Amino acid sequence: MSRQSLTKAHAKISELTWEPTFATPATRFGTDYTFEKAPKKDPLKQIMRSYFPMEEEKDNRVYGAMDGAIRGNMFRQVQQRWLEWQKLFLSIIPFPEISAARAMPMAIDAVPNPEIHNGLAVQMIDEVRHSTIQMNLKKLYMNNYIDPAGFDMTEKAFANNYAGTIGRQFGEGFITGDAITAANIYLTVVAETAFTNTLFVAMPDEAAANGDYLLPTVFHSVQSDESRHISNGYSILLMALADERNRPLLERDMRYAWWNNHCVVDAAIGTFIEYGTKDRRKDRESYAEMWRRWIYDDYYRSYLLPLEKYGLTIPHDLVEEAWNRIVNKDYVHRVAQFFATGWPVNYWRIDTMTDTDFEWFEEKYPGWYSKFGGWWENYNRLAYPGNNKPIAFEDVGYNYPHRCWTCMVPCLIREDTVCEKVDGQWKTYCSETCHWTDAVAFRSEYEGRETPNMGRLTGFREWETLHHDKDLADIVEDLGYVRDDGKTLIGQPHLHLDDPKKMWTLDDVRGIQFMSPNVLLNQMSDDEREKHIAEYRLNDMSKIA
Amino acid sequence: MADITDQKERSFPKIEFTDSEAGALTFPSSKSRSYNYYKPAKLRATMYEDVTVDVQPDPERHLSQGWIYGFGDGPGGYPKEWTTAKSADWHKFLDPNEEWEQSIYRNNSKVVHQVELCLKNAKRAGVYDHWSPSWLKFLERNVGAWMHAENGLALHVFSSIQRSGPTNMINTAVAVNAAHKMRFAQDLALFNLDLSEADVPFEGQAHREVWQEAPEWQPTREVVEQLTATGDWCELLFATNIIFEQLVGSLFRTELVMQVAARNGDYITPTIVGTGEYDYDRDLGYTRALFRMLTQDEEHGEANKELFGTWLTKWVPRCLEATHALQPIWSQAAEKPVTFATSQENANSKFVSVLEDLGLDAPKELDQ
Repeated sequence: MSRQSLTKAHAKISELTWEPTFATPATRFGTDYTFEKAPKKDPLKQIMRSYFPMEEEKDNRVYGAMDGAIRGNMFRQVQQRWLEWQKLFLSIIPFPEISAARAMPMAIDAVPNPEIHNGLAVQMIDEVRHSTIQMNLKKLYMNNYIDPAGFDMTEKAFANNYAGTIGRQFGEGFITGDAITAANIYLTVVAETAFTNTLFVAMPDEAAANGDYLLPTVFHSVQSDESRHISNGYSILLMALADERNRPLLERDMRYAWWNNHCVVDAAIGTFIEYGTKDRRKDRESYAEMWRRWIYDDYYRSYLLPLEKYGLTIPHDLVEEAWNRIVNKDYVHRVAQFFATGWPVNYWRIDTMTDTDFEWFEEKYPGWYSKFGGWWENYNRLAYPGNNKPIAFEDVGYNYPHRCWTCMVPCLIREDTVCEKVDGQWKTYCSETCHWTDAVAFRSEYEGRETPNMGRLTGFREWETLHHDKDLADIVEDLGYVRDDGKTLIGQPHLHLDDPKKMWTLDDVRGIQFMSPNVLLNQMSDDEREKHIAEYRLNDMSKIA
Repeated sequence: MADITDQKERSFPKIEFTDSEAGALTFPSSKSRSYNYYKPAKLRATMYEDVTVDVQPDPERHLSQGWIYGFGDGPGGYPKEWTTAKSADWHKFLDPNEEWEQSIYRNNSKVVHQVELCLKNAKRAGVYDHWSPSWLKFLERNVGAWMHAENGLALHVFSSIQRSGPTNMINTAVAVNAAHKMRFAQDLALFNLDLSEADVPFEGQAHREVWQEAPEWQPTREVVEQLTATGDWCELLFATNIIFEQLVGSLFRTELVMQVAARNGDYITPTIVGTGEYDYDRDLGYTRALFRMLTQDEEHGEANKELFGTWLTKWVPRCLEATHALQPIWSQAAEKPVTFATSQENANSKFVSVLEDLGLDAPKELDQ
């Protein structure tokens, strides 16, 4: 369809809306934003007549590649180190995708602009596409990769695992609370516009380097829909900016959304890219370099900064602090170390690190070896059962961390840990901003203004609480992370499938009591807690090694 | 000629043969190659089930930490309290159409190609030139008005419902329903555009005034707006797909447009409206499956039937009022092969058949 025809067609389609006079659509999902004075912004034009054949064609290419991968025996060359992490990633990502579909009516309800409604409804179908195409990719991995364990229980594992819960924010955050906070700022303006770059472009590049060209095939196809979604988000953002009363809410939501996305996405994708790859060429970009390019330059400098002239208060300090955490505070390395510490309660295997890996890390992150090398050597040393417990329960100078009540990634940059009594319970936070998110932002009042539509933090937020004071073997069994012989764990701290003696079983982890840091924290006296937190803040691997 | 002596050394990852194919080794779970966290309806899981079931988690299944965000005035996630209908197990519902990504695009692309080909042929053959002014007026006013209803249902009924259902299977089926409605509404609008641009007496903007002000269409618009104002997602789905679509939608599309167009020399409109009928047939399929499950629920079936009875009492009179108001349009075409009474009898009879299938009594209002 020519551009002129498309414009004409789009104008015609916009005639389909009308001003209701008998009854107005129910407001199922409220917002504290107001759009009374907002000029209507026109998003990217899309009509169903061109949309369906375009997507069908994209699908045909994806499925053609999938057939080709099977016929060409792609799994002969796939790195297990890489594909194991996909058991985690692909268990998480279909839920955020389908949540994005479910979020669209929230934005439709909240924004009085029929031009945008059309684009949002098209996005809804895109997101159904993304969720199911990703589920199908995972099924292909399960059917064709050497070790299907973990893929085979994917949605159950996602729903009962500590890491799955971290990822679940990147989905529940889209569909809950204030409709604009959730479906526009958190989902579209930050998650889709900024972080899909690392999720759907940078990470698939790394997959290709590890012999897997299906992840890039699927995710680049997904990413090609994102420009329309970004356009939806941008249009709504400009409408919101037109009303002065929205400015404080926008400032609040940009701070929350930016920081939460950083905490969650950089933790996961940073780990996959840095610790899931076998490609240790010195000139291949590190996650930090990718982040600088995709997030700092492409998003922050090219997208966010120009919005300042429209009155958007940009969280410059938080952008810089996110960069600081990645480059100077070893955020990604600490997260990877934590995931590896928790291997018995994972549904994927985590490879040991070699001298080649150590050299690469030292090259990209000078000083890495002195901070983390010793721990990973211990991880290698304790990889097999028989003479030792899992590394989390051996003395390697690493204390199991407190969990951040807000982002649910543990408080790994220990000196930044905040401990406060909030809503009658002592809680820990990974950062001042995560504490602010819980104590200030997600409340029914913000800066003296009523914000009844803002969401609330709910649920059993500390995963460990559910398993407090239980035997580790019982926990693993309850979670279902056991292979079909009824005893061998799905998670293993190595990749050796060829030697049964190297595979950990329930018997190897029985007799180990698992304790919740938060339950213990709340059992402490004030003096004990103060001392404990002071010591915790000092328990930095860089100071131990 | 290119200088081949100044080649930069390229850096690229090295392929390594890892032998990571299925079957390369035997070890615990090496043959565990199906999703084991749900029980498929039949012996072997379908593609639809594998890509749909449990993607939307549920605290009553595997979601151990519960929903981690809540609304300001209630729990987050997909609370079952968002409808007064009850089910012992909402997860039992599976879409009989088995809609997932590939089926959505394949089916809708086929329809797009069919409609485009039809419209292209119409232009090439100059068929619009032979249509009578009265038939063009019929299309201008009535098919023009109806496309608003389709679009309103797409954006403010089906898109909305798909945020609220307690399972992914329900919400995805409804999302596809929304896509059908959007595409169909747009196809009617673009057909309207073609007619506006043809050298025939056709006022392309008339549909707005008709939908907004013409007395015969106001009760229909009123019901559509009342539907969009309904908060209970299950009531909204029932009132729309079981009641409104049967009594008003099918009455207009199947019993009028599809019957009278050909007699008025128009083979284009039935082709387009027929795609909407095909969509509705599929969408009625999943809706019947859902409400059959609810009326046959061992624990809540009787209470649900009673509840649906109250919904029938509420929505049937509204829809009948809309249909009665539409009666004059049966006389607007030059050729009138069907009467309003026959059309309504057919529509009512199909409606009663759907209700019987669900185990529901036909409301007494139908006899009036």
